[in-house]
Amino acid sequence: MPEPSFLEKLRTSAKTQRRFSIAIRLIIAMFLIIFSIFPVLWVISASLSPTGTLATQRLIPANPGLDNYHTLLSMQQFPFWSWFLNSIKISSITAVLSLSITTVAAYAFSRFRFRGRQTMLKAILLINVFPSLLALVAIFLMFSQVGDVIPFLGLDNHNSLILVYLGGAMGVNIWLMKGFMDTIPRDIDESAQVEGASDWQIFTRLILPLLRPILIVILILNYITTYGDFVLARILLRSNEKYTLMVGLQIFAGAQFQQRWGVFAAGALMGALPIMIIYLALQDQIVGGLTRGAVKG
Amino acid sequence: MTSTPAPPAVKRGTPFQLPALPRLIRFALLIALDVAVFWLLNRLASLGYYPLMAAVLIITLFVNFVLIRREAYPLRWMLIGLIMMGLFTIYPIIFTVWVAFTNYGEGHLITKKQAIDQILDLTYLPSSGKAYSWTAFRSDEGDYALWLIDAEGNAYLAKPDEPLSQPQPGEMGVGPLDARGIPESIEGYRRLNQIQAATDRNLKNIKFGEEGKTIQIRSPSEAAELLPLYVYDPDLDAMINQETGVVYKNLRGTFTSPDGEALRPGFIEYVKFDNFRDFFISPALRGPLLRVVLWNFAFAFFSLLLNFSLGLFIAILFNDPDFPFKKLIRSLLIIPYTVPALITILIWRGMLNPDIGVISRLLYNTIGWSPQWFTDPWWAKIAILLVNLWLSYPYFMLICSGALQSISEEIYAAAEVDGANPWQKFWRITLPLLLVAVGPLLIASFTFNFNNFNLIYLFNAGGPPMAGTPTPAGHTDILISYVYNLAFSGSRGVNYGFASAITIIIFFIVGSITLFQFRYTRMWEEVGENA
Repeated sequence: MPEPSFLEKLRTSAKTQRRFSIAIRLIIAMFLIIFSIFPVLWVISASLSPTGTLATQRLIPANPGLDNYHTLLSMQQFPFWSWFLNSIKISSITAVLSLSITTVAAYAFSRFRFRGRQTMLKAILLINVFPSLLALVAIFLMFSQVGDVIPFLGLDNHNSLILVYLGGAMGVNIWLMKGFMDTIPRDIDESAQVEGASDWQIFTRLILPLLRPILIVILILNYITTYGDFVLARILLRSNEKYTLMVGLQIFAGAQFQQRWGVFAAGALMGALPIMIIYLALQDQIVGGLTRGAVKG
Repeated sequence: MTSTPAPPAVKRGTPFQLPALPRLIRFALLIALDVAVFWLLNRLASLGYYPLMAAVLIITLFVNFVLIRREAYPLRWMLIGLIMMGLFTIYPIIFTVWVAFTNYGEGHLITKKQAIDQILDLTYLPSSGKAYSWTAFRSDEGDYALWLIDAEGNAYLAKPDEPLSQPQPGEMGVGPLDARGIPESIEGYRRLNQIQAATDRNLKNIKFGEEGKTIQIRSPSEAAELLPLYVYDPDLDAMINQETGVVYKNLRGTFTSPDGEALRPGFIEYVKFDNFRDFFISPALRGPLLRVVLWNFAFAFFSLLLNFSLGLFIAILFNDPDFPFKKLIRSLLIIPYTVPALITILIWRGMLNPDIGVISRLLYNTIGWSPQWFTDPWWAKIAILLVNLWLSYPYFMLICSGALQSISEEIYAAAEVDGANPWQKFWRITLPLLLVAVGPLLIASFTFNFNNFNLIYLFNAGGPPMAGTPTPAGHTDILISYVYNLAFSGSRGVNYGFASAITIIIFFIVGSITLFQFRYTRMWEEVGENA
């Protein structure tokens, strides 16, 4: 009976072929993983290495210890903790407020029909194409002028920075949110309307709970973008203890980068860790948001 | 104002009968806001911040319109967002456009009126003209006073920053006069004799009297009123020096003499299209700018190509539902994307350090040679692309693997029946279908990289510097980092005007790419749909 044996052969050969292909792909995966995590491992190792300079570092440090972390947290000149807390404070406030602005506005765009609606939606996209970096001169002058009148909204002030970040709330994410809301059938709110619910009630009681997945994604992306912002904070903040973490790290790296490589590595790791954890824990939701066109700076 | 029934055409967007209370609160808040804004406008006006004033005024009028008029009801939902957008996005854009047509920058930071006022404040001590004889008095605290007698014999008491007075003996602490009509004492002050006065080093620099009518000592026997050094002639638009007679004409925002001597400060002046003309035809700028623009496009293009290729390669490699450790591999591979970009860039700066960085040491130990990642123009570019690859390939991996799953198996099955090999399947099926799905994201990524300031600036600050350029420029500078140097670095003088002009050019480049993207993805039409 030649037929079954032939099929069997084919099957086993397909099986070995598949095994072979998986093995090769695993090897490639290994190289890619080395490429992707080597810098991270290197930084972890640097942060634990007691000698702490760029030149002397080995991948496995000789006498690993937490000296660099001690140095990091006790430096007078570079108040790491303040930077860290500033960043968390600013990013959290910005993320929540920005999400609120985006969501409420997207609701209006999705549910109301009014004159200028399409023009506004298009304008929002186009305006956000303007490189915000270049508006820095204007923003800088604006806050130095406002600060002459209202001191708590001037330069070197976290309020000002948060306000500038909120200027971007009417951005691409409105499209993302509106697109998501458009998929919620309007019959739902129309029936509620018949029963006498106000727009605000429909929005908060009916629509908002349905938006939860996208709300989380946009909240997190807002948070990460703000946390990682460097230029605006660099221009608007002036004094050492008011810096955000990114500004602080950049300035720290500018001074004695090579000698204090270990301390820098410790700071970089501590700064990156919260974001890495959020990402890895919520990767499925975030990926969903990214493929729909959400932005991460 | 009882509520009228909503017109039937407008299904939504008309409020239900609002209870009276919220409306009252709304109007109370609006009035409070208007009062506060009125105060703010007043303060801004008194400081001369007119552009900002106009912006605040327009936005406040808009807020009033939205909160009062019924038909603006949907806009109430996005009012705060619109205010923020107006102040921090639109106002800066308009401001930038305005600046692009001026010479705003180093030496041209104030308005013409302010500059003229400052120049008119300059004074000189005329060598002839009305003179006084003087006697000096000094207090123990080091304050000075002058007793002046003019040619007609009128006596005056002069103190710094106070108007001249003509006190009689007994008034203002003035004691009895001596034979020459000079008080022997003034309360709180001691009279200086001629030798003391001649040797006092402070005395001859002190300006006595109120501003605009100040008197200074000219010689041991004479004091004289200072005169304004310059007079502004509005017909000539020029400053005329009263001492020398030289005419300083307005030349692009600076009063300049025929010999080229400039009066400080200069002022902001409209220069029409000069900044744009400089960008396109100025031979001094063309050299570095042309290279910057070329590298800008090359950087964005190659970044996209490399990052997308690697991301797609990985996505295809593991596009297999049963692949072992799939989830783990993906988690490890997206790690670069989870690290904030600034941290990544700084880490790579350390690792690529040519003498002591790990990668350079590794290369030395294995092949005995390592590129100059920061000082060689070509290797610096490659280093930037490498770092960007590490930063962004996970993003492309993620979006590609998402898109791959949406390509149906049936197409591949059909292709197999037709005898297509894997290579053909990739080029004819996978890639075209994938590009349709992720095309918009690729264009967005191109525009993002086109302005990827953080990478360029943090990694190498645009370096290595180009030699002999009129404005600072580096071999890895892209337009936006070049602009940043122009506007903020100040090493050779900031030039906001030129920086803003380039900004607008960048806006047009990126804007047209984006418009193309909207056309291509038919995002515009999506708005129109009743979705």
